[in-house]
Amino acid sequence: MKHIIKILSLLMAVFAVWVGLLQISVVPRDQSWLLPVYLTISLGCYGLFMVGIGLMQFPTCPHEAVLLQQDITEAKEFLKQRGVDVGPD
Amino acid sequence: MTDRQSKGIDKYSLIIPTYNERLNIALIVYLVFKHLKDVDFEVIVVDDGSPDGTQDVVKQLQDVYGEDRILLRARPRKMGLGTAYAHGLKHASGDFVVIMDADLSHHPKYLPSFIKRQHETGASIVTGTRYVKGGGVHGWNLMRKLTSRGANVLAQTFLWPGVSDLTGSFRLYRKSVLEDLINSCVSKGYVFQMEMIVRASRKGFHIEEVPITFVDRVFGSSKLGGSEIVEYLKGLIYLLLTT
Repeated sequence: MKHIIKILSLLMAVFAVWVGLLQISVVPRDQSWLLPVYLTISLGCYGLFMVGIGLMQFPTCPHEAVLLQQDITEAKEFLKQRGVDVGPD
Repeated sequence: MTDRQSKGIDKYSLIIPTYNERLNIALIVYLVFKHLKDVDFEVIVVDDGSPDGTQDVVKQLQDVYGEDRILLRARPRKMGLGTAYAHGLKHASGDFVVIMDADLSHHPKYLPSFIKRQHETGASIVTGTRYVKGGGVHGWNLMRKLTSRGANVLAQTFLWPGVSDLTGSFRLYRKSVLEDLINSCVSKGYVFQMEMIVRASRKGFHIEEVPITFVDRVFGSSKLGGSEIVEYLKGLIYLLLTT
């Protein structure tokens, strides 16, 4: 099944819940249009929250840059001895 | 079945597309040989007619390591990443294919962990992820991290891709699976990498992730402006509608 069909089905299910809520009149009629708005805003807030969390927890590896420099030095030495052009030091 | 295959020894073809990577290709080949000591592998350099003499350095490397271990399969000019993989694949004699960048952002020291994970799980694809514990990125400023994280949240929310790092291009594929995916994908640039892994997920291929660290030494010279963001969003919508 194409992914977009899954997404649309999910939206349809949410829509059906919304219509169901309207039918049983849990929410007053004149405010019923607010539910989709709330849902969209919540989704947006959740997204921003996830971006923030991810940014705070963004894994960094400064030590890897150091290790890489060591690897580069080691590689240049080895290759120079064997006639590979690794440029000026 | 070849003798080698009937003994159950897997061969790995490492495809490295290059353009003006004269120094880096030598360094990366050294590191590959250092970290894959007991592994049967070949390195396939797909150079797009680099004016800086990358191919001359590759020939020197062939003298050191052997022409059977280092294959130079060049093309006349820059022709894009997807076609570079397809071109390398035509000359690959391995059971598995690893794709990686030449600029040392993909460190060969992770190759054994890719191989090990594949053996342990029988997966068709092992992809490196920068965004989990044990992985990481160095060399990105806050803005770059923000766009990366924002892009990731968008992709996770709408595409449900099944992997944590969609735009990464350090991956190991079963050769037949890579052939299948390359024939199915049409995008360019990093959206191509996204399309590959999303299509693989949709087709039900077994995908595993291993943490990798990514040291970006070239970020200063590459821009991440408005047009990149637009391209990403277009790619996202395309994948949403066609996968």
